[in-house]
Amino acid sequence: MSTTIDSMQTKTSRNGGFANGVRPPAAYEPNIVLATRAYDVVGTRPVRHDGADKVTGRALYGADKQIAGLLHGFVLRSPYAHAKIVSIDTSKAEELDGVFAVVTAADLPPARDKIVDVGEGDTRLAYVHGNVLASGKTLYKGHAVAAVAASSVHVAEQAAKLIDVEYEPLGSSMTAPQAMSADAPLLHDDLKTVEYGRQTDKASNVAQHFQWKIGNSDEGFAKADVVVERAFDTATVHQGYIEPHNATALWNNDGRVHIWTSTQGAFVVRDVTATILEIPVSQIKVTPMEIGGGFGGKIPVYLEPAAALLSKKTGRPVKLVMSRADVLEGTGPTPGSHVSVKIGAAKDGKITAMESVLAYEAGAYPGSFVAPGGMCIFAAYACENISVDCYDVVVNKPSSAAYRAPGATQAAFAAEQVIDEIAGKLGIDPIEFRMQNAAKEGVRRVDGPKFRRIGCFEVLEAMKNHPHYSAPLEGPNRGRGVAMGFWFNVGLESSCTLNVNSDGTVNLIEGSTDIGGTRTSIAMQAAEVLGISAEDINPQVVDTDSVGYTSVTGGSRTTFATGWAAHDAAQKIVGEMKCRAAQLLEADAAAVTHEKGVYSAGGKSVAFREIAAKSSRTGGPISASATVKPRGVGGSYAGNIVDVEVDPETGKVDILRFTAVQDVGKAVHPSYVEGQMQGGSAQGIGWALNEEYFMGADGGMQNNTLLDYRMPTSLDLPMIDTCIVEVANPGHPYGVRGVGEANIVPPPAAIANAIQNAVGRRLQRLPMNPPAVWHAIANGN
Amino acid sequence: MKKTQVQTTINSRPVEFLCEPRQSLLEVLRDNRGLTGTKEGCNDGNCGACTVEMDGRIVPSCLVLGVEAEGAQIVTIEGIAVGSGLHEIQKAFLEGAALQCGVCTPGFIVATKALLQQNPNPTEHEIRFWLANNLCRCTGYDKIVRSVQAAACRLREEVSV
Repeated sequence: MSTTIDSMQTKTSRNGGFANGVRPPAAYEPNIVLATRAYDVVGTRPVRHDGADKVTGRALYGADKQIAGLLHGFVLRSPYAHAKIVSIDTSKAEELDGVFAVVTAADLPPARDKIVDVGEGDTRLAYVHGNVLASGKTLYKGHAVAAVAASSVHVAEQAAKLIDVEYEPLGSSMTAPQAMSADAPLLHDDLKTVEYGRQTDKASNVAQHFQWKIGNSDEGFAKADVVVERAFDTATVHQGYIEPHNATALWNNDGRVHIWTSTQGAFVVRDVTATILEIPVSQIKVTPMEIGGGFGGKIPVYLEPAAALLSKKTGRPVKLVMSRADVLEGTGPTPGSHVSVKIGAAKDGKITAMESVLAYEAGAYPGSFVAPGGMCIFAAYACENISVDCYDVVVNKPSSAAYRAPGATQAAFAAEQVIDEIAGKLGIDPIEFRMQNAAKEGVRRVDGPKFRRIGCFEVLEAMKNHPHYSAPLEGPNRGRGVAMGFWFNVGLESSCTLNVNSDGTVNLIEGSTDIGGTRTSIAMQAAEVLGISAEDINPQVVDTDSVGYTSVTGGSRTTFATGWAAHDAAQKIVGEMKCRAAQLLEADAAAVTHEKGVYSAGGKSVAFREIAAKSSRTGGPISASATVKPRGVGGSYAGNIVDVEVDPETGKVDILRFTAVQDVGKAVHPSYVEGQMQGGSAQGIGWALNEEYFMGADGGMQNNTLLDYRMPTSLDLPMIDTCIVEVANPGHPYGVRGVGEANIVPPPAAIANAIQNAVGRRLQRLPMNPPAVWHAIANGN
Repeated sequence: MKKTQVQTTINSRPVEFLCEPRQSLLEVLRDNRGLTGTKEGCNDGNCGACTVEMDGRIVPSCLVLGVEAEGAQIVTIEGIAVGSGLHEIQKAFLEGAALQCGVCTPGFIVATKALLQQNPNPTEHEIRFWLANNLCRCTGYDKIVRSVQAAACRLREEVSV
């Protein structure tokens, strides 16, 4: 990224108290603990269990898989944004020396008309099927058309170029407004709009239009003294994980399929692949390899069915690995959005009405996460009159995937700027204004649920009291902004097994892909129950044959739900240990008490380790499993305080100081909680200032490298201060809410508010890159 | 395609391999030598995940041809740890929680080692400047920078003892 360095230097660290050497290495801000108790293991910072493997290069990621006889594949992708596939001739490719097989959609069983669970929701099988290998039409540039297996990746690539595909290019729609216009080319002939929950016969690119309402917003606006209405757009951006997608498949001679892949959900890969290939789930084993980032983008199935088909055709294992261009053009991204927001408030600062219309670009297939956008957009506020309209619109871009609080960041970019503007018009401090209207327990969210205990107010209070908020900010073209964000988090399903070893340690078996230290945060919850150290638990993420069903690592659910399963399994171990202790102590099992790994009865006691060592004398191995489908999900609020400096000559925005505040319920491992907050903030900053799919006139992405798709480097960012707020979630044994997602929601809005504060211009489109900011300054908008 | 014989040194051991002229050093390390600790993130020199040390300089191994390794001294992530223990940089990364998914970590550690060899006491800005070739999408770099500072501190203490 050498070309980017010169323009960035010396700007990142010189202000806001972050000068070199001022801060000692590893200094942590004190956390705000409100309602949780102290624990022995939960809340400490042990070294992660998979750490040594990951700093020595020994950890095996998907692309590292090697098996004897392995063939390498290459996926041929559509050069057109929208085209009819007239014919595909693979004969020349098949004749090339070193080529073993070619597959196209014709090799897949035809998609039946059914609904499939794809990890964080349901969709039509035809859409998943069509995205894996295009059938009849290609719907975006980068759409997979055929796959080749050959002796090397170079031969496979050479062969792919020999596949003769005759296309008939069609007109395309690249944005939601284009796709919604009356004369827009239709992506799917059979797509009819579902309006207000009813299937219409209207053929359109609008897959869904629905509305949520509370009260009467017209009446609410009538009571308002100030009303602000603005419209906002956000560009398509990518999750940007560093590890490209990959899949290795072996269709064994007994008909069983083994897949090694980098995924957020091994069971989703198993189930979706089985459905597409029309084989029973029991015939597929998915081994989740280490995963090099996901952020939601590694929930969908892309390569696995094609790899399996190639293996079936060749009788050999086949590995497919995407290039970076494939990743950008063929996976993810998060939808571009068009959001209008209207908010009214009375002079006393009470919000009287809120309205929003959200149209999100789903990409090639329906399912843009506009619904979560609508659920989250006003979730930080208590208001009696709210109306939210959502449009899910297909366009000729890659089929969108979840990206960290999917849908919520776009929504917050719009809502939090209007909130800021109203606070300004009323002459109320922006945090005070939010506190005055903050959502609390008992308040109803626009889509229906009533909030249980939430930490919205506490996050705002922490922001207001943070030294950053009162620190002086001087100098021209500098400004400070704040914003809030919400993500509801999910529960889904998890399984865990604990096996006690004779040396007093415990093997923990779980099925949640570990993307950021969750082996450890899950192990810590078991250790807490058992009264042993985190280091005495040996957590393993295993394949789909070896653990009970476990949903995706997504929705900020892993530490919450799989941790809960570990907690429950550990409770069962404690129960069994009491029985074993009773034998050793010659006491009645009901009389045995347990405290911190020591089992006592009748004045005598025996330690966990001793019971483990003597287990064969007291009844054999000690083991327990638990499964959960938790209902006590607790949403998470995140807030940012950000200082920026705008260069009026170039429009470049530098982040001078950034503070991330978040209610996580309970921080099981505070270092990795801070890491999530910092990582989400950095992604939000990239989304705010740089990242964007530049779409050319041909409907293709013009910036499909990591040089031109510009994600933040270390030089672009300051240290990111974190302030963990812990408002215990009453729905979890340790009060956990989940931390992974809400933190990406506020940064673009907070930065926009800071730019407004710095130069008096309100940016209504993302990214707020130098040309955009320069034009806003020059043109007054 | 005809293969070329290459003699080189990887992690202080003399190594001989055959590779096609079109194969990158990254491919050779991973596929021919089984050194999969060096990661591919972009294959065009923009992410730093494949960073290795070659004749004392850090290079993206995806932009070096395998045949260019002839006569070179190459150090990969597999050559950083000392014996069965860990290098101070590796320890600092673990204690400082400087990794989440870990796929960029080998590149960061190789780059950090080179930085601290030539500048044992870098400022925050110098660390950020040097590591700007290495993309991390998980951490926001905060804990990486702090861990590099911590490792530098410990390595300086080691030298002065």
